[in-house]
Amino acid sequence: MSDLTTVAMTDYLVALLVLIGASFMLIGSWGLVKLPDFFTRLHAPTKASTLGIGATLIGSLIWFSVQQGSVHIHELVISIFLFLTAPVSAYMMGKAALHRHRPMITGTKNVKLAEKAARREGLKKPD
Amino acid sequence: MKRIFPMPIHSLMLTLVWLLLNGWSYGQLFLGLFLGLMIPIVAYPYVRGHTSVKKPLAMLVYLLLLLWDIVVANVDVARRILMPNKHLKPGWIAYPLSLQEDFPATVLASSISLTPGTVSVEFAEDMSCLYIHVLHLDNETSLKAFIAKRYEQPLKEIFGC
Repeated sequence: MSDLTTVAMTDYLVALLVLIGASFMLIGSWGLVKLPDFFTRLHAPTKASTLGIGATLIGSLIWFSVQQGSVHIHELVISIFLFLTAPVSAYMMGKAALHRHRPMITGTKNVKLAEKAARREGLKKPD
Repeated sequence: MKRIFPMPIHSLMLTLVWLLLNGWSYGQLFLGLFLGLMIPIVAYPYVRGHTSVKKPLAMLVYLLLLLWDIVVANVDVARRILMPNKHLKPGWIAYPLSLQEDFPATVLASSISLTPGTVSVEFAEDMSCLYIHVLHLDNETSLKAFIAKRYEQPLKEIFGC
């Protein structure tokens, strides 16, 4: 049993969370287009988008929990999976780009280190 | 017993996650229990000998801290995306790694990727360092000290190594 004010409060809270989520996702996508080289582009989707999707999912969680009067946990599980997989995919893409010698913008500091890392041989077989 | 339930906690969690995602019914419980039984049997050979969490409570504190850092990192990266590219000073650092075990090092690398404008890209062959790409590199030494104090030190305690 929820009175009018709590309904209005959840509406505002959910709206706020969804708006925050949408803005972060928009900025993340914009960063993907606008940043100068592959490695800087890698930062936009791993960070700005994780928070964006996280906020949207929490908004959805609150909305459906209040609507149906029971706790909806799907969204929480989805965000946990997202936080687990985002760094792994970023690592794999970064590694691939590094070994394929993708160009970096001029002015990147310590390019020597990247060259050193790229010279690394393939992974040793586990024993 | 060890053959049938190589990872009892994982079995329980898999069943629980299955039920959380599919809703409660006896049919789903049966399916969840089946998956919780089978997946660890298949996956066990790959994780045998991995370092396990020694302090679950410290792990929880670490995860909450990480969650906060993710929010801060997101705001920071969003700000840098909105600023013109010419203010950007990307760079590489080689972070001297003192964690040598596979699993803790993976957790560290993932934490680094999720937080302040850094993405871990490659491990050195002898695990002596972790190569990290930084979106905006200002002060290399303070960044290394920050990672050591905030992530690596707690992880060492959590995994007891």
